[in-house]
Amino acid sequence: MTFGATRAVSDVSFTVEAGEFFSILGPSGCGKTTILRMIAGFLEPTEGKVLIGERDMAGLGPNQRPTAMIFQSLALFPLMPVWENIAFGLEARGAPKAERRAKADELLKLIALEGYGERMPGELSGGQRQRVAIARALAVEPQVLLLDEPLSALDLKLRQHMRAELRSLQKRTGVTFIYITHDQSEALAMSDRVAVMSDGVLQQVGAPRDLYDNPATSFVATFVGETNAIPGKVSAVENGVATLETAHGPLRGRVGDGLSTGKTGKLYVRPEALRPDGNGENALTATIERIDFEGAFALVHGALAGDTPLVASISNTELGSAPAIGSSASFGFKSANAVVLPDG
Amino acid sequence: MADLYKRFGGGLGTLFLVIVASWIAGMVLAPNVMMIDYALRPNLPPSQIGGPDDIYSLDNILYLANESVHRAIFYKTVWASALVAFATFLVCYPLAFWLAQNATPNQTALVLLALTIPFWINEVLRTLAWYILLAFRGPLNAFLLGLGIIDEPVRWYGDGGVLVGMTYAYILFMLFPIYNSIESLDKSQIEAARDLGASTWRIHWRVVIPHAKAGIATGCVFTFMLAAGSYVAPALLGSPGSRWFTEIIYNWFFEGGDWNRGAAYALVLLVLCLAVVLITLRIARVSLAEVAK
Repeated sequence: MTFGATRAVSDVSFTVEAGEFFSILGPSGCGKTTILRMIAGFLEPTEGKVLIGERDMAGLGPNQRPTAMIFQSLALFPLMPVWENIAFGLEARGAPKAERRAKADELLKLIALEGYGERMPGELSGGQRQRVAIARALAVEPQVLLLDEPLSALDLKLRQHMRAELRSLQKRTGVTFIYITHDQSEALAMSDRVAVMSDGVLQQVGAPRDLYDNPATSFVATFVGETNAIPGKVSAVENGVATLETAHGPLRGRVGDGLSTGKTGKLYVRPEALRPDGNGENALTATIERIDFEGAFALVHGALAGDTPLVASISNTELGSAPAIGSSASFGFKSANAVVLPDG
Repeated sequence: MADLYKRFGGGLGTLFLVIVASWIAGMVLAPNVMMIDYALRPNLPPSQIGGPDDIYSLDNILYLANESVHRAIFYKTVWASALVAFATFLVCYPLAFWLAQNATPNQTALVLLALTIPFWINEVLRTLAWYILLAFRGPLNAFLLGLGIIDEPVRWYGDGGVLVGMTYAYILFMLFPIYNSIESLDKSQIEAARDLGASTWRIHWRVVIPHAKAGIATGCVFTFMLAAGSYVAPALLGSPGSRWFTEIIYNWFFEGGDWNRGAAYALVLLVLCLAVVLITLRIARVSLAEVAK
């Protein structure tokens, strides 16, 4: 997809299974909304195809596709009562009023807003409006529901509540959801599978655990979750374990995609994989700078030789034996809990 | 008013109040009171003014009620003005929608400039331009004859000419209110309606027009009043068969020499315009304050 001279999305191919909750995750400007608008039919791809259930969507407008979209602004019609909003898609299909009303009431029940049909959208709270927008999209019985960061305007508490609600709604209705977000915790918590994008290029598609544990590229490793990156040069690759010569001695981790001896790369290790007791096949010595208490866990910030930052996560119960600030401590980790990926 | 004093202090505040009050009194109230006064008095030779015959009555207004030709012209002016408002709306709505929702900022600037430039010229001259365009041996007839659409020149002057001339003259009064109201419509609402399967017609009928209602009502009210009170277009582009009520008023003043009857006719037109404004706003459920915006 190109806009003028700008290539917004290039070489993105993925398949979403029927009934799946699929998220597209990426920083703003990475092209994820462009993909969604191509699926919805607001944009025609300059190259490539969109297929829904084997059917090529080329040339079909948004009103002809089996998709329904939930907009970032929700785009409820402010001058229509809630039930007319929900039944608008049926009205457009020429359904008689009694049928529209019945369908609206049925959907209001589904979203737990029974009896709200006569209210105006402006009289509802943010979370209620959110649910009405979902009901309006479900009313046309789409094969695919497209959601463009619909939770971004809500406060944190409501957002977490709506995540669970969206997830359960998707399971109950069995509709395929394609969800756009830049919030990685949202994507990881809700999705069956996630596609990670950066600069218009698809980085990796996989289940949330898979992305977190086995990032395919350095972008995915750093964008999804917290991580520590230690640069070096690959000196050996054997039995799925790579050895990286770093400024802090040789470190070993699992072999990532496209890695071979002699390449430069980075070893990525998650904060929770670093043990302050020094256990594991690898060890890193860091000077402790500060400890951020987060409740259930605490983040220990340290610096390796040459001022490379290091973050380790320790649980609340281990806090008593945590190294003192300003002291030098050794952090160990298992090779199985680290991954080595080539640069670039 | 207290706010005015708080902001500008006693001296300046009072000065502003005096200026506004004398404007309202001198420019709005006095002429209207004089018109009502004239309308209710009989037309007398100077020697009898203030005499025993100079009494208030509704005679001048009743004269209009009993004069069938004038009455017919009055009714015709009313519905023809409504037609002008409607025709102007039909021309302006698609343009306003395009400008507000689809055009790039450069296109908007260019089109608005192109529409505004003719308004730097006096209304009489602009109407005269149409007088030339629509002339029997004028460019429009020549063009249509050249294309073979018509076999002989058409007499455009008359109802058609007046409608065209007025629609052109009042286009901006309709365009700007509608443009402003459509511009504030969130584009995603149109996309949402489209995504839910609505046809273009339904998107406008159910989403855009309800949103732009205040602007449309404002534009229609402006256009109706300007059309009903117009003199130049009917005088230049009309024919004897398409007389406008303002022409009758003009005749009473300047040809019939009966200012009192002219004032009575003008009063009736004023009351009519007020009624139309209030009824239109009631129908559109728009308050006067919204129109003033």
